Order: sequence, then C-alpha cells, then structure tokens
Amino acid sequence: MARKHRGIAADGGSDIVAQVVAQGDRLGSRMALVRHKIAVMSGKGGVGKSSITANLAAVLASQGYQVGILDADINGPAIAKMLGVRAQNLSLSENAILPALGPRSIKVMSMDLLLPGDKTPVIWEAPTQQNSFVWRGTIEASALREFLADTAWGELDFLLVDLPPGTYTFPTLEQLVPDLVGIIVTIPSEVSHLVVKRFISLAQELGTLLAGLVENMAGYTCPHCGKVGELFSAAGDGERMVAEMGISYLGSIPFDARLSASADWGIPFALEHGGSPAGQALAHVAAKVKEFVGESRR
Amino acid sequence: MKLSCGNCAQAMQLVKATDLADGSMSIIFGCASCGNRVSLLTNPGETQLVRALDVQIGGRTVPPEPMGLVRSALARQRDDAFVSQSDVPQPKEGVIWTEDALRRLENVPAFVRDMARKSIERYAMEKGCHQITPEVMDLARKATGG
Repeated sequence: MARKHRGIAADGGSDIVAQVVAQGDRLGSRMALVRHKIAVMSGKGGVGKSSITANLAAVLASQGYQVGILDADINGPAIAKMLGVRAQNLSLSENAILPALGPRSIKVMSMDLLLPGDKTPVIWEAPTQQNSFVWRGTIEASALREFLADTAWGELDFLLVDLPPGTYTFPTLEQLVPDLVGIIVTIPSEVSHLVVKRFISLAQELGTLLAGLVENMAGYTCPHCGKVGELFSAAGDGERMVAEMGISYLGSIPFDARLSASADWGIPFALEHGGSPAGQALAHVAAKVKEFVGESRR
Repeated sequence: MKLSCGNCAQAMQLVKATDLADGSMSIIFGCASCGNRVSLLTNPGETQLVRALDVQIGGRTVPPEPMGLVRSALARQRDDAFVSQSDVPQPKEGVIWTEDALRRLENVPAFVRDMARKSIERYAMEKGCHQITPEVMDLARKATGG
C-alpha cells in the first residue's frame, strides 16, 4: 500500500528541514541585535533608492546611532561606491564576516565588495548556465540570507536595506526579516507613481509596516537665481498618492547635482552639504522615520 | 522529498549521495526492511537548485562556514575579497589608502608629502571617512584651499 508524504517521519538521512531551521536560527540570532530594520524600496528603478539609503544612513550615524547598510541589489550593487568602501577587504572570522566600514563607521555589506572588477557581472557556478532562470532566484535569495545572517553587524540601531528595482527581492526579504519597516521612494512622475502604487499594494498585502513615502528629485533649485523649477510633470502628486494609498508622506528631496558627485566620490552628500535644501530635506526624512519607529533618544 | 519502498512500503534511508562529473547527482536509498535499493538521478538543473537552497543531501557533517554558499558559488570574485582578521588594517584606528591614492601621494614633492598626507587623513577622519581615494584627495585639497 502506498504511503503518503506525511506518513513518513524523516527524509531518509539528509534532514533538510533541520538544515533550513538552522539557517533561520542563525539569521534570527543576528537580527535580534538590530533594533530597526528599514528597507528602502520602490519597485521603480532610477528613483534614487541607493542615494537615499546612503544619505539616511549618514544622517543617522551623524546623530550617534550605530548604522549598517545591506546592499540587497545583488546584480547592480552601488552602495559600496557611494560610501567609498570598494577597496576594503572583508575580514573572515570563525563564524561571521566583518563588514566594510564607511563614513561615520557605517557598516556596509555588498556584493560589490566581492567582485573583482567594474565590469564583472554576478555569475554563479553551475554545470550549465542554460535554464539558469530555474535556480538563479533561489541562489540570490540564499545569498541575501547569508549577507544578513553571516555579517558581523553587531548591535545596530538601524540596518538599512537598499532594495533593487522590481518586486522580486522584496517578498524574499520580507520573509527573512519579518519585522521589516519599509520606506517607499518615488519621483514626481506619473510613470513612477504607476509602478510605485503597485509596489505599495504588494507591501500592504504582505503586511509590511510602511513608514511612508519619500518623493525624490522633487524640484530643482537654480544655482544662479535660486528659483525652484519642476523637473517632472507630476510635481505635488506625491501627497495625493499617499492619501490614496493610505500611507504617510515623509517628505520631498529637491534635486541637487552635488548628490551625484558625492555618490561618485564616496562621501555622502548629507555629510558634505547638510545645510543645503536637499541636506535639510534628508534630515527631515530621517527624523520622520525615527518618529515612525519610536526612536526619540537623539 | 521522502522515498517509500515499492516492495514493502517502508520508509527508505539514504545510503550514499555522489556528485557525478556532468553536474548530475546519484542518490541511493535503501530499504532496511527488504534490502531493496533505488538510485535517484538528478539532472544538472535539479542539482543546482538543491545547491542554491544551501542544503546538503546526506546532511551536514560540518557546521556551515560564514557566507559559505556565496564564497563557493560566486564564479568570479576578488582574490582578496576575504582575508583573515589579523591581515586587515583596522579602519577605526586610522584610514586606509587605496593603491591609486598612494600612487598619487607619491607625486607630491617629498618635502611636503608627510604634511599633505596628514592633512588629507585629518580631513577624511573629520568626514568620518575611513578610506582615502583620489576623489577624497581632491575633496581634501578643495576644502583646505590647496
């Protein structure tokens, strides 16, 4: 008589379930030392998630918080460049990897720190790359788990996770880190809003706590006359969007060409130009995020 | 996945798992009751999928190493991406100069080089920056009016 799957107690010797449980335990122990886990995400590419992540981290670290950043963009990592840590080695200890140290001692883990050159893509060892779509997502999810669980983050006040565009990585992260808080980033364009609204809906369906929405590249201050002009067609629509989606508005960040230059130089804009309109806007967003997570000691 | 013996419906036990050269895997299960044996053959894609889950067929005999999957499965990686703890300069105690930055520092006239180095390091530390690149040298120079 045929037996059902549940009728057999174990898997014959591999104990896959125990191996997966052990992975979860390892991750849980590491994350227990992190007070606030914040995902910076959008669904839309090119809206400045990495820039906002790096600068929020810099603002928080400047206020004396212990901050780490995980670059969850496995295939397009940018955080190590933005924080000027690309040349650093990762130090191997018995049970963890010491992360790179960026400005204000921000701890950084990124796939970029492992890749040998600027042009090197992320390729995984496999008997054949044919049909790699079958397993690529799985191995990237495992890599993300290892980055979270095997990095010696230590005790952190904030771990910021910079998510790639699209919706693929977010559900994985959400399962790995159940007490995640999300910050949504958009730009004031209808195209961006269309994509971002779908992303917000996904996050809401998964039950993720959303701190709110940041509208990036919201206006441009002329360096000559000081007049503020619009960069995109849907200026001001961000506040309408948050009302429609039932989330908070964290603020808008005006465009400043020095944001890009600072990212290229590896020193966060917020440290160099904290008094500028964009620098003050970033500090305002950081304050709103702190308020959301109930962080008021600094 | 679990295997039940087709002869006597007993749970089968894993006997041996062998990686084959073509990326496939042979996993032999035996029935303790009647001695029946079956060999499960995976194709390369199935083997890779199991590997991607970071689990080991046959169970783990040694504890997993930190980032064991990434370190073993990433096809192209920096030779010096991971170094032992004692080999790493400790950024908290100072700053790290990249090779490009050090080469550029060598172009500074010798009689002011030490002063320039200290000035750049002071600037970097003020900014909370632990790594000096040519770009940071530019910023330091600009900031100090050099």
